[in-house]
Amino acid sequence: MTATPSNDAGFRVSLQVDIPSDVAYIERVVDLVRHPCAELAYNAHHLALNVPVALSEALSNAILRGNHEDPGKRVRIRADVDGQRLIVEIADEGDRFDLEANTRDATDAANIEREDGRGLFLMRKLMTGVERFDASPNGETGNVVRLTLTRA
Amino acid sequence: MSFSIKKQGEIVVVDVEGQLIVGNRQELKQKVLDELERGEKKFLIDFAQTGYIDSSGLGVLVSLSKKIREQGGELRLANLNDDLRTLFELTKLDTLFQISDTRDRALSSF
Repeated sequence: MTATPSNDAGFRVSLQVDIPSDVAYIERVVDLVRHPCAELAYNAHHLALNVPVALSEALSNAILRGNHEDPGKRVRIRADVDGQRLIVEIADEGDRFDLEANTRDATDAANIEREDGRGLFLMRKLMTGVERFDASPNGETGNVVRLTLTRA
Repeated sequence: MSFSIKKQGEIVVVDVEGQLIVGNRQELKQKVLDELERGEKKFLIDFAQTGYIDSSGLGVLVSLSKKIREQGGELRLANLNDDLRTLFELTKLDTLFQISDTRDRALSSF
């Protein structure tokens, strides 16, 4: 009989995924990132709501707004998961944007009936942290959005 | 992921199986708009078999609700699990839609 560790201390999964700028890949990336979270017994709400929705939003933004679905551009995803937290970085090749300026309060009465504008709002509600930084300090384009989810 | 549409009395019932996200939202929108164009007025979307919904999916529901209301009709929702209900509450879309716990309650509420 193989001894089983009493906890997941030291257990860590790192993933790198590279996809074309096509929204058809979103669900597969979500499943790839969600799997190690499930393995590490992240709670049911993290697995069914926080991770899939926030990651879908970040991927969708990178593919549609960053890369404009350009087949010549790629989206790169790097995920690190351990027992304490999940960090996912989503990199596009698009024009730089201001995370703060583009986050709209979706619950404002003026915005409730809008079809768009809930993506960044939801990412920030569902993740412990959302940051954006330049993909390359020397280049003029490219964003990295980092999602952090800390287990309570 | 797929959408199935059936009539129950005078109500068009749409089942969302799998995710409602940016990759398939237009399919749902078109299916419902086709029914609206045929003269249907009462719509129920049932999420009993739905995984997760992203902001594009929510946006399509908002858009359909507006279009159906403009034609004098009504869109109602049913069977949101705890996580989907949280999503609607976070965005306050629970104040925009009439949401029933079960399909039967939703059908009898029209």
